Amino acid sequence: MSFPTFSIAEQRSSVPVRIDEELCIADKGCTVCVDVCPLDVLAIDLSKGKAFMAFDECWYCMPCEKDCPTGAVHVDIPYLLR
Amino acid sequence: MNTIEREVDVLVIGGGTAGPMAAVKAKQANPALKVLLLEKAHVKRSGAISMGMDGLNNAVVPGFATPEQYVREITAANDGIVNQKTILAYAQNSYAMIEELDRWGVKFEKDETGDYAMRKVHHMGTYVLPMPEGHDIKKVLYRQLKKNRVEITNRLVATRLIVGEDGRIAGTFAFDCRTGDFHVVRAKSVVLACGAAGRLGLPASGYLFGTYENPTNAGDGYSMAYHAGAELSGIECFQINPLIKDYNGPACAYVTGPFGGYTTNSRGERFIECDYWSGQMMLEFQRELEGGNGPVFLKLDHLAEETISTIETILHTNERPSRGRFHAGRGTDYRERMVEMHISEIGLCSGHSASGVWVDENAATTVPGLFSAGDMACVPHNYMLGAFVYGHFAGVSAARHAQEHPHANVSSAQVDAERQRVWAPLLRESGLPPNQVEYKLRRMVNDYLQPPKVTRKMEIGLERFEAIRGDLDRLHARNPHELMRAMEVHAIRDCAEMAARASLYRTESRWGLYHARVDYPERNDAEWKVHVQLHKNAAGEMACFKRALEPYVIAMDQQEQAAYQKLRISTEAVPA
Repeated sequence: MSFPTFSIAEQRSSVPVRIDEELCIADKGCTVCVDVCPLDVLAIDLSKGKAFMAFDECWYCMPCEKDCPTGAVHVDIPYLLR
Repeated sequence: MNTIEREVDVLVIGGGTAGPMAAVKAKQANPALKVLLLEKAHVKRSGAISMGMDGLNNAVVPGFATPEQYVREITAANDGIVNQKTILAYAQNSYAMIEELDRWGVKFEKDETGDYAMRKVHHMGTYVLPMPEGHDIKKVLYRQLKKNRVEITNRLVATRLIVGEDGRIAGTFAFDCRTGDFHVVRAKSVVLACGAAGRLGLPASGYLFGTYENPTNAGDGYSMAYHAGAELSGIECFQINPLIKDYNGPACAYVTGPFGGYTTNSRGERFIECDYWSGQMMLEFQRELEGGNGPVFLKLDHLAEETISTIETILHTNERPSRGRFHAGRGTDYRERMVEMHISEIGLCSGHSASGVWVDENAATTVPGLFSAGDMACVPHNYMLGAFVYGHFAGVSAARHAQEHPHANVSSAQVDAERQRVWAPLLRESGLPPNQVEYKLRRMVNDYLQPPKVTRKMEIGLERFEAIRGDLDRLHARNPHELMRAMEVHAIRDCAEMAARASLYRTESRWGLYHARVDYPERNDAEWKVHVQLHKNAAGEMACFKRALEPYVIAMDQQEQAAYQKLRISTEAVPA
């Protein structure tokens, strides 16, 4: 039996950007938080029509929270730094 | 995935601070030119000032300072290693830029008579101009880009500059971090304004993106300039900043100092005379931190309530608005507790120290048609206002170059080779995850390059960076976003190697902690009062050489020269 050269294990991470799905209007076509993120870590979940944090690479700089038209985005300090 | 080609006259890479200014000024210089601003993130919120800025650190305002005084201050602060002509060009144009930004709608603090409310933070002169409402500076820039009809593309990651067959700059290669499309942008002149190499050292927390600099600024610009054959300078003069422990913002003596805040040791005593960031200041900071009197703190708990609320408003709404949230989580109230500080990971950034691409007083690099401005261009201690002033120079110079030159010829082999290199991580079926390679690389940077610098450690570091070069060919990206991280690892590795080689080359100590060499503890002006330049030599190898200082245009007396070497507060008894 041979082993694959590269095995990948997923690692869990608590993400700092939280979206209030009640308030998020991505289903109406809004992409403000996704547009302004310098690290491009946010995305829209097309099945739900809501924004979410797709990559745990946050600089906690907060344009996503400040620019969100409905106040649906909240940025926490990442747990490792809290 | 497609290949998309386009042709412009002037290409500006980087839409943060210097880049938008360069694009606007190129277009104003000649509205007939096709000017494209290419941005890795989104121009509305990109770069070092994505959330605004709370002040100008180096404003040369008539009545408070002269350009000549400023040149003397920065010559002393950077231990004599400056091309004074570049600093003078900044200083002479500093005030005109403040006035222009003011007209554009940037809000600076003014006194009751309408004059700029200047504050003293530097050792000798008065150069700090607060911007308590500086949070919308990016919006102001964006309006100017629209007004001047600059074309913008977002989410394109530049990877390598295109060099024409005659050695002139010919454009850039880039890819779209959402679709993976490969872009070939041909241009007659290029302005590189990609910011600092901010993802070089690893923050003590181990969190890859907890850097002082915007982590989008991964050193791409330094790497691209190097591969295009440009000279870089002062790479060994690292950027190391005094920050809040575990938080990536400055404790901010620049903001708090004028209100009465100051840096102390654990006993609440001052130990430095001046909070302006210089290598010597960082060395005293590190000595206090490690010497039994640490940790180091920012002291505000002696101030009046209204002063503290003003400080909170400035610090918690500009530049780093998550700061209040961090303090709340740790139970730190400025009224009751001093703020624990620490030193940052290393980076390369001429905005704060001196490492960058070599430019003259017109923002020209050593590659014909290539200009550079902002944190990545070597004009020491240039900060945000310097980025604007040199962005202006770069835009005007690039416009002139584009008018005078046709597009350079480019070999199709160059295009094919770069497309293959960029797409490789996506086309591999499996391989190393970019975040793991980056973590290891940056941990090695900490282990082997964090000052005080040790020769043997830096040599081992070079061996490790060489081994990681081999790993680059095994990087695997599952999507275009991961591809962006994979290509950033290439740039970070280049910067790590540059940092090690330039540091090994300068066999003396200079700039306090920035280049403190354990094996060569003394400053040696006889041999090393020169620039250390780094470039890709004719054999394609990374090499360093000395470049003599240009004769000073502003004479320095001995007392001024030494001003920044005496920052520790004397503890000897002073007769009454």
